[in-house]
Amino acid sequence: MLKIENLHCSVGEKEILKGISLSVNAGEIHAIMGPNGSGKSTLAQVIAGHPGFEVTQGTIDYEGSDLLDMEPEVRAQKGVFLAFQYPVEIPGVTNAYFLRSAYNEIRKARGDEEMDPMEFLDLMEAKLKLVDMDTALLHRSVNAGFSGGEKKRNEILQMAVLEPKLAILDETDSGLDIDALRVVAGGVNALRKPDNATVIVTHYQRLLNYIVPDFVHVLAGGRIVKSGGKELALELEAKGYDWLVEAA
Amino acid sequence: MTGGGAQYSEAFAALGGGGPPAWLADLRKAALAEFSTLGFPTTRNEDWHFTSVTPIAERTFRSAKPPSGAPPLTELLEAVTGDPAWPRAVFVNGSFDGSLSSLGGLPQGVRVNTLTAALKEEPEFMAAHLGKLATFDAQAFTAFNTAFAQDGLVVRVPRELKVPLPLHIIHVADAQAAGCMLHPRLLVMVEELAEFAIVESFVSFNGTEYFTNSVAEATVGNGARLHHYKVQRESREAFHVGTMQVAQGRSSLFHSFSYASGAALSRTNIYAKLLGEGAEVQLNGLYLIDGSQHADHQTFVEHIAPSCASRELYKGIVDGDAHGVFNGKVFVDPEAQKTDGKQSNHTLLLSPTARVDSKPQLEIFADDVKCTHGSTVGRLDEIALFYMKSRGIGAENARALLTYAFAAEVLETVELDALRDGLEHIAFQRFTHTDQR
Repeated sequence: MLKIENLHCSVGEKEILKGISLSVNAGEIHAIMGPNGSGKSTLAQVIAGHPGFEVTQGTIDYEGSDLLDMEPEVRAQKGVFLAFQYPVEIPGVTNAYFLRSAYNEIRKARGDEEMDPMEFLDLMEAKLKLVDMDTALLHRSVNAGFSGGEKKRNEILQMAVLEPKLAILDETDSGLDIDALRVVAGGVNALRKPDNATVIVTHYQRLLNYIVPDFVHVLAGGRIVKSGGKELALELEAKGYDWLVEAA
Repeated sequence: MTGGGAQYSEAFAALGGGGPPAWLADLRKAALAEFSTLGFPTTRNEDWHFTSVTPIAERTFRSAKPPSGAPPLTELLEAVTGDPAWPRAVFVNGSFDGSLSSLGGLPQGVRVNTLTAALKEEPEFMAAHLGKLATFDAQAFTAFNTAFAQDGLVVRVPRELKVPLPLHIIHVADAQAAGCMLHPRLLVMVEELAEFAIVESFVSFNGTEYFTNSVAEATVGNGARLHHYKVQRESREAFHVGTMQVAQGRSSLFHSFSYASGAALSRTNIYAKLLGEGAEVQLNGLYLIDGSQHADHQTFVEHIAPSCASRELYKGIVDGDAHGVFNGKVFVDPEAQKTDGKQSNHTLLLSPTARVDSKPQLEIFADDVKCTHGSTVGRLDEIALFYMKSRGIGAENARALLTYAFAAEVLETVELDALRDGLEHIAFQRFTHTDQR
C-alpha cells in the first residue's frame, strides 16, 4: 500500500529525514517509535503533505501512484489520514459542517453522491458512540475550547467518519489519561479492516498495549535504526532509546 | 478644503433657526459656527490621517424631505438581521415612521420618544442632556449633526429595570435619499442597575449616494449595563459617519459591537469615558469590505476612575482594493490606578491590493496599570489550511471556511442569538457562497 524509499526531507537548511525506507501493507499496523527530535512526526506530516517540509530526495509510492505529487486534499480523497498531534481550532465552523464537507468532498472525488445533512447526522450518531462522545459536540466549533483529550478523540472521530485506507496517528497518546487512551485505542481497533493499514507514531510504548503492532521501527537522527516485531516496543520500554541511538 | 458650515448655511437657514426651544436654537447655531470654523477634517488631522473625507466634503448634500411611501414591512424585516419580534423604531430617510415601528413590546417604565416629541414632552430632560456628552468641540461631524439633526430617538430606562428584549432602531435609506444628508440622533439614559440592549441597523433599499451622519450619546448609570450593536450595511455608494459618546458610572458595563460591510466610505467613532470606579467597557467590531470600500473605526477609551477595565477586539477582512483602518486610543488619567486595558486588532488581507492601517495609541499617566495592545495583519494560517486539506477539503473551500472562521471569532461576542445567527449567516454566505452551515 505504502512504499517509502530513501526519503530525505528538510526544513530550510536543516535535513530532518536522512534516508527513510519503509513498506506498509494492507492489514498491517506499524509503530514508529523514537526519542524526541528523531523525525517521526516529520515523517507522518510529510506523508500527509504538510507544506512546511521539503522533500529533497527519495519517493513515496501509495497504491501505485506518486504520493508526493499529490496535493494534501487529493491524498485525503485517496484514503490517507493523519491524526494530528496538535489538532487545529477552527472557531465558528461546527464539527458537523466540517466533517460533512470533508466527507462529501471525498465522496465527490470518488464519484459517489453527496450525503444530505439529515442522513449524515445518522451516520455521525453511530460514529460518536465509537469514541464515547456526546452529540452536542457536533454543534460546537471544530476543536475550539476542547480539552487535550477531546481534541484527540475528535481526531479519531474524524478518522471513523472518513474511513481512511491508511491512517497515521501522530502522538495521539500524548496528553491522554488512561480512560481516554482506552477509548482512542478502542476506536482505532474497531476501525481496523483487512484492507486498511495504520501507522502509529509514538514516544511511549503505552498505547501499544492497546493497539498491538505487527511491526515496530525505531527512528533516530532521521533514520530507521532498528525494526522488529511487537516485542521491540517492550524492549524499548525497558531499556530506553539510548542504546540504539548510540549504536546508530 | 471648503468651509463646512458655509457650504451648508443655506440649508441651515431653511430649517428656520433650529428651534424652538430657544436653547436648542442657540445650540444649533453654536454647532454650525463650530462646523464653519473647523471645516471637514483633512488627513493632516491626526485622527483622520488614514481617512480622507474629500468625497463627502466636495459634495453638498441636501436636507432630506419626509419620504413619500416606505418599504413594505415584511421586506424591511427580511433586509435586517435580528428577530422580527423585537420592539423597533424605524426611520425612513431620517424621518420616524410610526406605521413601520412597533414599540409595544417594551416593558412599562421604559420611555422611548422621538427627538421631536421629546423636545415637546420632556423639555427639561432634553435641555439637561442633549449635546452634553456628544460635544462638538473640535468634532466637525458631531457639530454638523447637532446643527441639522431633525429626528432621532430618546430612550430612558429606569432604575433596576432589566429590559428582556433589545430595541431595534432601523435606519433605512431608499432611492429618494439620493443626494441627501441624514443626521439621526440618539440619546440614551440607562439608570442605576438597569440593563438594556440596542441594535442599530443602517440599511438601504435601492439607496444610492447619500450621507448618514449619526450621533449617539449614552449615559450608563452606576451598576447599569448597556449593549449597543451597530450593523452598518448602507448602500455601497453611500457615506457613513457614526459617532457614539458614552459616559459610564461605577461598576457599569458598556458593550459595543460594530459590524461594517456597507458604504463607499465609513467611519465609526466610539468614545467611552470611564468615570466611575470598577467600570468595564468592551468594544468589538468586524469590518468586511471589498472593491474600493473604505472602513475606519476609531475608539477612544478614557480611563478617568481607578480599577476600570477596557477590552477591545476589532477584526477585518479586506479584499479587492479596499482599505481598512483601526485607530484605538486609550488614555489613562493619573487618578486611574489599577487600570486594566487590552486592545487587539487583527486584519486579514485577501488580495495583494487590499490595505489596512492599524494604529494603537496609549497615553498613560498612572503608574499602576496594565495595558496591552496587539495588532496583526496577515493571510490565512498555513497550518490550519493544511489541517482542512488533510481531511479532503479542497483548497478553495478550505480558504473560504477559514476566512469565515476568522470573522466568526468576533461574531461570537454578539450576545443576541438572532443577531449573531444573522451576521454569521451573512458572513458565511459571503465567503463560502453557500447557505448551509
